[in-house]
Amino acid sequence: MLELKNISYSVKDEATGKVQDILKNVDLTFEDGTISAITGPNGSGKSTLIKILMGFLHPTSGAIFFNGEDVTDLSVTDRARKGFTIAFQQPVRFKGITVQKLLELASGKRMDTDAMCECLSSVGLCARNYIGRAVDGTLSGGELKRIELATAIAKGGEVFLLDEPEAGIDLWSFEDLVKVFERLHDKTVIIVSHQQRILETADKIVLFENDSPVSFGRKEEMFDKLTKRPNLCWRNIKED
Amino acid sequence: MPIDKTDEQLLETIADLHGVPEGSFNIRKNGQLLARNSNTDIEIVSKKDKDGIDIIVKPGVKNKSVHIPVLLTVGDFHDTVYNDFFIGENADVTIIAGCGIHNATCADAEHDGIHTFYLKKNARVRYVERHYASGGGSGKKVFDPVTKIHLAEGAQFTLESTQLGGVTYTDRKTYATVGDRAQLIVKEKILTDAEEVAITDFKVRLTGRDSRADIVSRSVARGKSVQKFRSDLIGKNACFGHVECDGILLEGARIVSTPRIDAVDPEASLVHEAAVGKIAGEQLMKLMSLGLTEQEAEDAVIRGFLN
Repeated sequence: MLELKNISYSVKDEATGKVQDILKNVDLTFEDGTISAITGPNGSGKSTLIKILMGFLHPTSGAIFFNGEDVTDLSVTDRARKGFTIAFQQPVRFKGITVQKLLELASGKRMDTDAMCECLSSVGLCARNYIGRAVDGTLSGGELKRIELATAIAKGGEVFLLDEPEAGIDLWSFEDLVKVFERLHDKTVIIVSHQQRILETADKIVLFENDSPVSFGRKEEMFDKLTKRPNLCWRNIKED
Repeated sequence: MPIDKTDEQLLETIADLHGVPEGSFNIRKNGQLLARNSNTDIEIVSKKDKDGIDIIVKPGVKNKSVHIPVLLTVGDFHDTVYNDFFIGENADVTIIAGCGIHNATCADAEHDGIHTFYLKKNARVRYVERHYASGGGSGKKVFDPVTKIHLAEGAQFTLESTQLGGVTYTDRKTYATVGDRAQLIVKEKILTDAEEVAITDFKVRLTGRDSRADIVSRSVARGKSVQKFRSDLIGKNACFGHVECDGILLEGARIVSTPRIDAVDPEASLVHEAAVGKIAGEQLMKLMSLGLTEQEAEDAVIRGFLN
C-alpha cells in the first residue's frame, strides 16, 4: 500500500520571488492490486505527483509511506530497487543504447530473444524488428512510447507509475495498452491520463484541480460525474 | 622474435587476435617485422625505399581479411611506417590495422602510420583501426596517423576508427577524394581522460557525380582532456555529404568542434551537425529509475554512446 500524507510541493518564481504551490496538502492512499487513474486539467500537479512518488522531486513537506515504511527521503535508485517503476510521459532517447540493452538494464539481467519477444509483444512490437535498434530519434514517438512501457514491464516491480501512457499511441492500439494494465492488475498501478478509455480501465479515479485532488472515488461514481458534465468541464465537477 | 604476454594482450585489444591470425597478416613490433603471411589473393610486400609495406588485393577477391597490427612495447622510440593499399576492381575486403603501445618507461613512444588507399572501380574496403595504449610510465604514448583515401567510380570505403584509452596525444589526419558514385563512411569513436589530447582532422573532396560521404564522430572527454574535431567537406559535383560530431563532456574536459562545408557545385548537398555537452540529466534519471546508481547510469550512457 502506498500512502501520501499531507504532501505539498512549491516552487519559487525566480522573477517575482513569489512562492507558487504546485501541490498542497495531498492525502491519498493507493491500495495493492488497484489501478488508479489520475486525471484533471493541465497544470493541476498530476505529473509533479508522479515525480515526487518516484523521487525525482522531494516534497516541500509531508511524507510517503510504502507498506508502512517512510520512503520520503529515499533516492530514485533506492525506490526503483524497492519496486517503484515509472514509464515517462516523454520517453528519453539514448544515442547508441539499443532496445535490447535498455531492456536488459531494466530487468537487471541478460535477456534471451524469447524473453525480449514476450516483453515487446505485450506492447505490440515484434522483437526481431527492434532489439538491435538504438533508442533514439530513428524511432517514432509511438514506438518510443511502447518501448518505454516494455522497459517498465521488463523491470517489474510493485508500484507502477505510468504518466500518460497513451500519448502518441494510435487509437487502434488501445487494446494493447489495456492488456498491459490487465497484466499489472495485482500491482499498485497509478496512471495519469486524460483518455476516457484509459479511465474506464481503472478501479479508482482521482480528479486533480489546481494543486490537489478535488474528488476521489470508485470508477463508476467518478465516471458518472465526469461524463454527465457538459463539455466535461472540470469546474462543474468540483462544484458538484 | 617471439610473442610475449604483453604482445598477446595488445593484439587481443586492438585486433581481437588470439595469437597469430589465419589468412593474410603482417605483425610489426618495435619497428621490426614480427610475422607475415602473404598469399596470391592478398600480397604483402616490403617497401624498398622506406619503412613500410604494399598490400595488394587482386581484383574480384571477396570476403577476405588482412590483419596488420603494430605493437610498440618500448619507450624512447618513434616508429613511422608507410603502408600503401592497392585494392583491385570489385574486391571486397576487411583490413584490421590496430596499434597498441605499452610504455612503462619515462621516455616517449610514438607510432605514426601513414596509410594510403587506392580503391579501383567498385572495390569495397572496411578498414578497422583501433588505437590503445597502456603502461604506467610517465613517457607519452603518441599516435599521429595519416590516412589518404582515393576512391574510383563506385568504390566504397568504411573507416571505423576507435581510440579507447591511454593515448596521451593523437593528431589524426584523414584525406579522401571520392569519385563518381563512390562512398566514404567514417565512424570515429574517441575516449580521452586525464590530460590527454586528441585532434582529428578530416578533409574530404566529393569530386564525383553522385558521390557520398557520411562522417560520424562520437567522443567522450573526461578529466582535463581536450579534443578538437575539424572537418572540411567540399562538394565539387552533384553529391551528398554529412558530418556529425557528438561529444559528451565530463568533469573539466573540453571539446572543440569546427565543421566546414563548401558547396562548390550548386548541386552539392552538404550537412553538418555538432552537439557537445554533458550527459542529459533525463538520461541519468531514466536509468536510475531502472535501479542503476548514478555512476552506473553514467557508465551505461557512455558505453552505449561509444558502442
